[in-house]
Amino acid sequence: MRRGLRLGFRRRYGASPLHLLVHLVGFAIVAFALDRIFSGGDVKELLLWYLGFVIAHDLLFVPAYTGLDRLFRATITRLLPSARSDVPVINHVRAPALISALLLIIYFPLILRRNEGWYVELSGHPLTHYLRNWLLITAVLFLGSGLIYAGRVVRARARRVADIRPEGVS
Amino acid sequence: VSVTEAPKHDSNAPVDARRRSRKPESGSSARLPRGPFRPEFWRSPLRGPWLTSFLGMLLIPAITVIALTGFVDHWAHYPELGGNGTVGPSGDIPVVFHFPASWPSWSYAVTQGTHVTLGLVVLPLVLAKLWSVMPKLFQRPAVTSVAGALERISLLGLVASVLVEFATGILAMDDWTPWSFNFNTVHYYGAWMFGTLFVLHACIKLPVVRRAYRERGVLKPLTQSVAQTKPEPPDDGGLAPINPAAPTISRRGLLAMLGGASLTVFAVQAGESIGGPFRRLALLAPRGRVFGTGPNDFPVTHTAAWAGVTSAMTGADWRLTVVGARTVSLSRQQLLAMVQSARTLTITCTDGWSTTQRWTGVQLAALARLVDAPEGAILRAVSLQPRQAPEAFSRSLYGDTRSLLALRVNDVDISLDHGYPARVILPNVPGTLNTKWVSELRFEAV
Repeated sequence: MRRGLRLGFRRRYGASPLHLLVHLVGFAIVAFALDRIFSGGDVKELLLWYLGFVIAHDLLFVPAYTGLDRLFRATITRLLPSARSDVPVINHVRAPALISALLLIIYFPLILRRNEGWYVELSGHPLTHYLRNWLLITAVLFLGSGLIYAGRVVRARARRVADIRPEGVS
Repeated sequence: VSVTEAPKHDSNAPVDARRRSRKPESGSSARLPRGPFRPEFWRSPLRGPWLTSFLGMLLIPAITVIALTGFVDHWAHYPELGGNGTVGPSGDIPVVFHFPASWPSWSYAVTQGTHVTLGLVVLPLVLAKLWSVMPKLFQRPAVTSVAGALERISLLGLVASVLVEFATGILAMDDWTPWSFNFNTVHYYGAWMFGTLFVLHACIKLPVVRRAYRERGVLKPLTQSVAQTKPEPPDDGGLAPINPAAPTISRRGLLAMLGGASLTVFAVQAGESIGGPFRRLALLAPRGRVFGTGPNDFPVTHTAAWAGVTSAMTGADWRLTVVGARTVSLSRQQLLAMVQSARTLTITCTDGWSTTQRWTGVQLAALARLVDAPEGAILRAVSLQPRQAPEAFSRSLYGDTRSLLALRVNDVDISLDHGYPARVILPNVPGTLNTKWVSELRFEAV
């Protein structure tokens, strides 16, 4: 009887009663939080922030970076046949590009001087050096990654030569 | 080797027939709209329940620490005294923690530095976690049961709140606030929303994590090189690809890349919180630069110019009014003639940066005694700064022997930007509570 009830609930609801319970408790807390959040500013602006960020992330940002990655992979395969050799170049570009882009996401107001007037008044210092530092860090990341790549190519080549040579010849 | 002979990694990779046949409802795919709504659109061989579980399990401890240090910051503002630059006490949960007087004065620097730095450091993991579950967004049919609908709603809230929580936190740290809403309210109650939905999501998905770890091993997928990287088998949740492309990176490669990103962010950020010689390493942090070696050449969050305080307001006419059972008016000379205490104290902004200096001045407890402050009175520090509500301090806070009305720093007068003629400085409070340009100290009975 009890088992039947539980199965019936599961069939109609789609999960266990506990699932419903934790969701109801969770939603109650979220409703309280949302009420407080919307007390902190203009409802339209806050909705724009919350929904705008979801749309911007899911429908613009992710398609943009995955699209760029796909484009880059296609280009590299066409332009650099060696990219398909035993030492693929792709991740040696992806890694520094990803890290550089992440730094830009975090620090873009400083790097691109979005907040210059405000920052100068607040801190008493100009917004110089941020763009330069970001470019320098980016250059170092690409250079470091390139050096590691070069090292791997040299080692792979040495290995291939060693494999080809008959035994006993050094 | 000619280019045309090259195996195409992406567009024409052979589809494993077995995978296709194992896909649930494979016949209905043709009826779905083109593009991301079809499961075969999602081709990354790395996506799957294991990867998402692994990223999620890394995020659980990190988000927990960020949330706890965030609450510690909220309570360090003493919201129960009303205001203090954060959300008011009405409707809030009770304060459950204050830094004990026995803790070193840089404790808040540690918790708030952790809150901000760890928040930045986990951003790559958050973005990767969202990437790993992208196919879910486009799954059709979107909802098959009431339970599924509730989960969808909770996920919309989770993604919206994590993005806004990180965005507001990061932009506020950057000193760029392109919004008109109250940051404190939105960031604090946004954390309630995010935290609740995060816990809910973790509870609901725990069985998925356990199953993924049981089937694939907790760390075993990390032992595979690119060549050994196999897609996870198609799962009920629709994360693993049914039409996987050839791998171009291993799972450990992806995690190494994310870890490299986290380390780089740490390297260019943490120096502004650690201070000392490390500040120069904080190449991109908003308060990471060093502009001189003089006794007053440490950073400020707000300059006197920004606050609207001029040297005309702080000249020889300046008097400090101390109000208790009686009222006393003191010139700077008179304050300097009182017993001076020197303390090494750390200022930490809620933005996460810190600076530790040697401050000299009169103990706040001595000023309380001077005016016979009522037992257990609250101290309100009034600033010359226009339109600035006074900060409030409890007896336990201003009664601490480390709490000063500072007149000098590093053996010279404090500069105008640092709060001349006198500023409040206390252990383990957010920087904003260390009121600058003090004009009045009111010990009010409660």
